[in-house]
Amino acid sequence: MSDTPTAATLILGARPYGEAPLDVLIRDGRIAALGEAARAQAEQLKAEQPEQVSTVEAEGLIMLPGMVDLHTHLREPGREDAETVETGSRAAARGGFTAVHAMANSSPVADSAGVVEQVHRLGRASGWTEVYPVGAVTVGLAGERLAELGAMAESSAQVRMFSDDGMCVHNPVLMRRALEYVKTVDGFIAQHAQEPLLTEGAQMNEGDVSAILGLPGWPAVAEESIIARDVLLAQHVGSRLHICHVSTAGSVEIIRWAKERGIDVTAEVTPHHLLLTDELVRGYDPVYKVNPPLRTGADVEALRAGLADGTIDIIGTDHAPHPTQAKECEWSAAAMGMTGLETALPVVIKTMINTGLMDWRRFAEVTSIAPARIYRHAHQGRPLELGEPANLILVDAEATQTVDPDGHASKGRNSPFRGMELPGAVRATFLHGHPVVLDGELNTPLAEAAAGAAGSSQVRP
Amino acid sequence: MRHLLSTADLSHTQALSILDTAEEMAAVSTREVKKLPTLRGRTVVNLFFEDSTRTRISFEAAAKRLSADVMNFSAKGSSVSKGESLKDTVQTLEAIGADAIVMRHWASGAAAQLAGSGWTDCAVINAGDGTHEHPTQALLDALTLRRGWSAAHGADPRGTDLTGMRVLIVGDILHSRVARSNIWLLRTLGADVGLVAPATLLPVGVEKWPVSVYYSLDEALGSGPEAGPDAIMMLRVQAERMGGAYFPTAAEYTRRWGLTDERLARLAAHRGAAGQRPMILHPGPMNRGVEISAAAADSPMNQVLDQVSHGVSVRMAVLHLLLSSSERNTA
Repeated sequence: MSDTPTAATLILGARPYGEAPLDVLIRDGRIAALGEAARAQAEQLKAEQPEQVSTVEAEGLIMLPGMVDLHTHLREPGREDAETVETGSRAAARGGFTAVHAMANSSPVADSAGVVEQVHRLGRASGWTEVYPVGAVTVGLAGERLAELGAMAESSAQVRMFSDDGMCVHNPVLMRRALEYVKTVDGFIAQHAQEPLLTEGAQMNEGDVSAILGLPGWPAVAEESIIARDVLLAQHVGSRLHICHVSTAGSVEIIRWAKERGIDVTAEVTPHHLLLTDELVRGYDPVYKVNPPLRTGADVEALRAGLADGTIDIIGTDHAPHPTQAKECEWSAAAMGMTGLETALPVVIKTMINTGLMDWRRFAEVTSIAPARIYRHAHQGRPLELGEPANLILVDAEATQTVDPDGHASKGRNSPFRGMELPGAVRATFLHGHPVVLDGELNTPLAEAAAGAAGSSQVRP
Repeated sequence: MRHLLSTADLSHTQALSILDTAEEMAAVSTREVKKLPTLRGRTVVNLFFEDSTRTRISFEAAAKRLSADVMNFSAKGSSVSKGESLKDTVQTLEAIGADAIVMRHWASGAAAQLAGSGWTDCAVINAGDGTHEHPTQALLDALTLRRGWSAAHGADPRGTDLTGMRVLIVGDILHSRVARSNIWLLRTLGADVGLVAPATLLPVGVEKWPVSVYYSLDEALGSGPEAGPDAIMMLRVQAERMGGAYFPTAAEYTRRWGLTDERLARLAAHRGAAGQRPMILHPGPMNRGVEISAAAADSPMNQVLDQVSHGVSVRMAVLHLLLSSSERNTA
């Protein structure tokens, strides 16, 4: 351990999971004491080393486990003009995420031990959040042959999650083999469900709006048919399947059916699919162009219901920053994707908490506990209890803020929520006990040595 | 009205105002000196990202008859093909002094984006955007239909609409900007619209449109002299839709959805409520022998050349209404 005494933080009056207020002392990266004992220990520490104890007045704030995003695009290596691991990590910390999973569609693709180790190392050097690289399923995301999943799993990045996200592993034989092969490295496949032939040239959800706008349609069945196939494959080979960014009511139905049959499938929904619909495309502003596309109001309702009842397990942001020129052009020439890290919490509060569809316990489940469980992280998504790792956030649920992407830490300005008034704000983010965000602003990153100590056994056996 | 982007945006009053102005402009075109001084000193740019000689020269003729200066900017052989953005191209044109931009673009929504972007203060006229809309084509079709409909009823066309008229649109509705613009405008003007196409060439969601849909042209043409349409609009079938992608062969398309000699004979036997023969329209260029037989193409019922001359009148009307009502350059 380091020679310098570790700083401690006393958090006063925050309400864990929005329940009764409880004082919390954080020390050595863990929750060191609760309630009366927290204040007493803090007094004792202050008497010995006053400069090492800070106090956060958190009356009225809600304490939650740090959010875990299984679906983030950090763009590095290759598209550092869109985002870097550093800027994406800052955005994650501001958004309340203590771990993000960087999708493999960088350039070069994260399909080898070398690239995943590079991303992992960059994440540890930045120190704003934990960065876990996702390995590609197939070489170059080309959907033709398996990448070296074993080498990525055994690398220092210890990859457990594999995805061709952005592309679908559409070949059914290859998908079967991938599902089988990841069992040997205790991993799972995260599928981007999009039948490529049914979506050739597709620009937006196929339906009433696309008919009028004259944009090639992206039918719901292109997503649903792949999900139906893959849950059956997962059942057949007895493997773990995660469905990225579920976007249609029909997909929710298929996943519900699969779970009822005991198939080991988990599913994710993005904040934007919980709030926005294809009606927004009518103005042809490419900020609303995303993959999978914004769907209908009925789909939004089904996704919310599915997230509330447990059919959908987690929130994944699909944070996809793009440089301005990629969105300041014709709709059909524009890039797909939206930023999400810094707006996820407010959008989920608006769509799920303020609608009465879920409480803060369920919020913690879908934003932290379940994604950590899917990846099998040992120290993320943990209960707010004595001795647990101090990856946690403080949220002001009463605050409202008007979204201003120009003020975001992400390089991406492509937020579809620009100008929207959203509830809730992240006031503090603690990463291994260190406040990376305080008073709603970035504070200081976690030193790499501390990250190494805290993250040494990062994946549960 | 600041821009013309879509017929869906046009009110009944606005549509009639354009058509009535077009009638005035048509009168100019029959004079010996076919020119008005209305837009003297104003600059109209034809910005074409897609080849369309017909539409471009129609707009060019319209602008010149109103004494505007005209610049043609073709994306082929310009800096656009070297990767310049639409934003930079348009701002360049504005800096040159354009007052109106007539834009043909391969991307659906490009005209709406331009008008809403803040990149330019120019009036924007949509001359066809992807598979979305082609509003001046629909306006010239409406002008043509209104001439025929009012003549049959012995009325002056000015101030009238198409209430009660039955119009069939036949062909590739899915990919047709002409069809979309016509549907909204014809409905606004009170016509009944029927669409006839194979199901592969109709958009998902068409069942919510205010139209009747037929898979069979024979059924749509009806039986008996009173049952038929007052006008039939044949859309061009693009070669890339053939060969199994949307329908099996061109021959099968012609048999089922073409205006063949046999169907022309049935059509010619129809008489409208005022005893008039049906009109045949085509946005051109025609594929003789595919969607329309040579006899139908050359039939006196065919309005295709009137459509072309009405195109100039309608575009004069649109330029006149957009530019002489704007106050931007009056100082």
